[in-house]
Amino acid sequence: MNAPATAIDLRALLQETRVQDVLDQLERELVGLAPVKARIREIAAFLVVSRARKQLGLEAGTPNLHMCFTGNPGTGKTTVAMKMADILHRLGYSRKGHLVSITRDDLVGQYIGHTAPKTKEILKKAMGGVLFIDEAYYLYRPENERDYGQEAIEILLQVMENQRDDLVVILAGYKDRMDVFFQSNPGFGSRIAHHIDFPDYSEAELFDIAKLMAQQMHYQLPGDAEQALADYIARRTKQPRFANARSMRNALDRARLRQANRLFNRALREGGSTGADLLQTLAAADIRASSVFRNASTPDAPVPGEDIDEPYSSPLFNERSLFRKANNGH
Amino acid sequence: MKITQGTFSFLPELTDDEIRAQIEYCLRKGWACSLEYTDDPHPRNTYWEMWGLPMFGLKDAAGVMQEVTACREAHPQTYIKFNAFDSMRGVESLALSFIIQRPPEEAGFRVVRAESNDRVLRYTLERK
Repeated sequence: MNAPATAIDLRALLQETRVQDVLDQLERELVGLAPVKARIREIAAFLVVSRARKQLGLEAGTPNLHMCFTGNPGTGKTTVAMKMADILHRLGYSRKGHLVSITRDDLVGQYIGHTAPKTKEILKKAMGGVLFIDEAYYLYRPENERDYGQEAIEILLQVMENQRDDLVVILAGYKDRMDVFFQSNPGFGSRIAHHIDFPDYSEAELFDIAKLMAQQMHYQLPGDAEQALADYIARRTKQPRFANARSMRNALDRARLRQANRLFNRALREGGSTGADLLQTLAAADIRASSVFRNASTPDAPVPGEDIDEPYSSPLFNERSLFRKANNGH
Repeated sequence: MKITQGTFSFLPELTDDEIRAQIEYCLRKGWACSLEYTDDPHPRNTYWEMWGLPMFGLKDAAGVMQEVTACREAHPQTYIKFNAFDSMRGVESLALSFIIQRPPEEAGFRVVRAESNDRVLRYTLERK
């Protein structure tokens, strides 16, 4: 046996675990979220140092890695949780590095005696990885003292305390409701070491996110479309049911629908081939056709659903002539 | 008398780490793990009691080991075996099965005679 080392190269350890790759990826793929990234870097540094300490024989037990992500919808909680699972896996704190994403329904049973086996089954599936509980505050229903959620919470707490090596639990939800949840379940709050708050995105960040998404879907936005997108964001953020990055994804998806419709109409009208440049360009009109722009005159009026467009006429379903033509042809 | 049933039964008892390694192998193969226990290890007794349902969709052996511990605590005096089921179409059968607990005293069997028709003697096994 070699004599135990008395010094360790942290940088070598960092390179060996390839954690920096995940952190760089996080930096590259996630716009904004500066406090979250800073916190994750802290956690990663702490874990690298813990590992180094372990290699030098300075054992201090498994660090408490349970986390709580709070923030409004669409601020990237699930995405970051997946990256976190990857980081923990690379550092050896999670053996398999998979993420099991669940909500109340997956843990809480329908009748007496149903909850415990259900919760245990989910916990077994999450062993060796990360258990991500979305909207965790629903587990506790104060209005019903016989609610089975309490049973699930007790099992969860027990596993969080006794099987830290096997499982990392990440809770997620809105800030205010999670605070209430922790107040009524103090055992939970004290077992969670890292509370990370996800701030809302600024308009500039939302713009970058939308552009990044469009780029990932292989779409291009010319100058006037970018302007339209910026206008869209300025209006959309002031409307109810705004869900940050998720709203951006939805807006892009609807713009893609309109673009497809526009190209289809054009092809029917003019015939001829449609070039690749047209197929990958979202025009300003595709974005400005959104109902967000129509409701601008009455900004306080409630929007039915999230930015639902009026049913537009699709040539596939409306142009009878098309079908007739096709039928005559055969 | 040491009962020899299933895989590894001629080897010394597996340690928990060895059991865990076997389970890891099964999970890597995508097999569903389950536990069964009985106080009647007769070779013709194919129906052991199930300890909970088979565990599908697990990624790590920790979940199975948790059940192993729970089953041992609940039934310290019985035989417990671990089964891994391969659900692949065309296979759909037990892929691995081995005993992970024996009672402290294994009773074993003895041969019994039974008179049959026309003075024919039939032999069978009976628990001691």
